[in-house]
Amino acid sequence: MKKLAIDRGKRHTAKRGAGGSSNDVITLKNVSKSYSTGAPALNGVSLNVKRGEFVFIVGDSGSGKSTLIKLLLRELTPTDGEITVNGYDVVRLKRRKIPKFRRNIGVVFQDFRLLKDRNVYENVAFAQRIIQVPTREIRRNVPAILSVVGLAGKYKAKPKQLSGGEQQRVALARALVNNPPILLCDEPTGNLDPKNSWEIMKLLDEINKSGTTILVVTHNREIVNAMQKRVITVKKGIIISDEEKGGYIDED
Amino acid sequence: MRISTFFYTLKQGISNIFRNKWFSLASVATIAACLFLFGIFYAVLANFRHIVKTAEEGVSVTVFFDEGLEDAQIQAIGDQIQKRVEVKDVKYISDEDAWESFKVDYLGEYADGFTENPLEGCDSYEIYLNDISMQSALVTWLESVDGVRQVNRSEVTASTLTGVNALIGYVSVGIIAILLAVSVFLISNTVTIGISVRKEEISIMKYIGATDFFVRSPFVIEGILIGLIGSALPLVFIYFIYENAVNYVQERFNVLSGLLNFLTVDKIFSILLPVSLAIGVGIGFFGSFITVRKHLRV
Repeated sequence: MKKLAIDRGKRHTAKRGAGGSSNDVITLKNVSKSYSTGAPALNGVSLNVKRGEFVFIVGDSGSGKSTLIKLLLRELTPTDGEITVNGYDVVRLKRRKIPKFRRNIGVVFQDFRLLKDRNVYENVAFAQRIIQVPTREIRRNVPAILSVVGLAGKYKAKPKQLSGGEQQRVALARALVNNPPILLCDEPTGNLDPKNSWEIMKLLDEINKSGTTILVVTHNREIVNAMQKRVITVKKGIIISDEEKGGYIDED
Repeated sequence: MRISTFFYTLKQGISNIFRNKWFSLASVATIAACLFLFGIFYAVLANFRHIVKTAEEGVSVTVFFDEGLEDAQIQAIGDQIQKRVEVKDVKYISDEDAWESFKVDYLGEYADGFTENPLEGCDSYEIYLNDISMQSALVTWLESVDGVRQVNRSEVTASTLTGVNALIGYVSVGIIAILLAVSVFLISNTVTIGISVRKEEISIMKYIGATDFFVRSPFVIEGILIGLIGSALPLVFIYFIYENAVNYVQERFNVLSGLLNFLTVDKIFSILLPVSLAIGVGIGFFGSFITVRKHLRV
């Protein structure tokens, strides 16, 4: 695997929004989210993530992790509270501004979510086409990022022809090709074997070292314990612990 | 929009069609079937209307005058008739003309036995109407005019034609309404099936930060192309079927050839072509536009 060699200069410049110090890239203030039925999914959550941090968010299913991700991506709006992401006031963001906002966040999902009928190159290039990068630059950027994730030789393959680990790397390349300041990973190793999981985590660590803020939502105890990063534990909609160099907290 | 984005969108729209071959085929078939029926009905109805109109134009009212009426007076009545709104055309037929045409039509060689005109004093006006439904009003007026002896009219033909005309109107509105309803139903079904395949694709695009416009454009282009193909196919079929059908009917029923006066294929297509293409493209455009919109809120 090649060393990260991406030009990090042309990154989205942050607009300063309400709340949070200039160093905070994600700020949540007393955020609550209730669905029409049942108990609130999130209940008065506050947290700050600094630029360049690597954060694990752990918790059982139903703890409110998925709601948190959906709020950060502005798929949902909170019932109460303030959210600022890279200078954007996410709660009051107009619908037509959402696409532009989302380009600040690279997203990686548990189930990869690649476009099945397009090859590796097209899947990654797609993220660049959305922001109207000229074709000439796409031809330069896509192979570069594919070699970062170690897939330079497979650019013609369709997702179906790749292993789970390879598919996740394509997804990672897609999330990174536009140089987003934040990378959000929702159970990135959920469908991978331990070897592939570790390779993805090593890759994330390297990307983090080059300056990208990374949030990883995960169940994977060994990885969380071994990586020695900041760990935020969510349970029943509230943050029960937030530790630098933390570990996975046992439920019982 | 950048040029490269435009070409990318166009390319995606076209390759979408081939990517979902069966969906595209079903959509093209649906649109083609609907527009084929529409075209056939339009051709039949347009011809029906045309035939009825031609028949109407042939229906006339004939006016005869009191014996011994001066030519000048007949001329004056003719001028009055000409001014009526119902009247399209007035033809003066002198007694000599009437006898000549009677001889030719009915007597043939036996006419030689007559030495003088038995129709002496039977000058008349043949009046052609703008609209057959105005006939009774005109006849009432004619009967009240001084010097008019008799008014002959074809009551049965007139009322039948008026009835047929109204019936054609109702039937065509009804059939077109049913066809439209059926095609909207079929198309929304096909599009819904197609979109379930795309739902995931659309949500992925939205997560990466694609604008609605960017996500929608290839689908809309795909829809328009499908609509175009779907409307062009039946037009080609109808073009050939129509000419053959008209020839067949005219040969088979040449007894009626005086009555059956068909429109030319060019005349039919001067309306059918733009209307069909507009409907096809419109269905394709709005079908994809609306269906994609439902899935854009991610």
